[in-house]
Amino acid sequence: MQLARVIGTVVATQKNLHLEGAKLLLVQPVNERGVFWGKAILAVDAVGSGVGECVLVVNEGRAAGEILQKRIAPVDSAIIGIVDELTFVGK
Amino acid sequence: MQLAKVLGSVVATQKDQSLAGLKLLVLQPLDSDRKAAGSQLVAVDSVGAGVGEEVFFVLGKEASFPFLPKRVSTDSSIVGIIDHLSVSKIERV
Repeated sequence: MQLARVIGTVVATQKNLHLEGAKLLLVQPVNERGVFWGKAILAVDAVGSGVGECVLVVNEGRAAGEILQKRIAPVDSAIIGIVDELTFVGK
Repeated sequence: MQLAKVLGSVVATQKDQSLAGLKLLVLQPLDSDRKAAGSQLVAVDSVGAGVGEEVFFVLGKEASFPFLPKRVSTDSSIVGIIDHLSVSKIERV
């Protein structure tokens, strides 16, 4: 899993039928200080998150498919939690 | 899944049987600001995308799912065409 911030939404009429009804959100990975890194990822939302929130993202097909309750959905990333608080010891 | 722009198409006569009749497209992955990010790749189309369109694609084993029950040997497939992309202006800290 990785930490990311929701930065946008995507509308797509023409898509795989297993993605019908799924909410697609653009998320940007962040580090422990909230700094953006890497490429933006398009993930399926399972927890009702919104733009601006810090979330937990899984980048593995099996886990992401379970979110849609379809084992054969062609998804490889999903939002599975909204982060309330992050605590780091040391730094 | 990632955003990408369709740059072109690929014609390959000699290929694995499972890929027969499928459209192969060259994709350039995009970042949230629609700028090219990372290296280009070839993906199988499952939604009827065309050159110039913005799409999203899936990588890995799941890329073969849109074609089930047919088993297609691919590790990247286009699974949606983007109508509208809205990116909020959250500050890059």
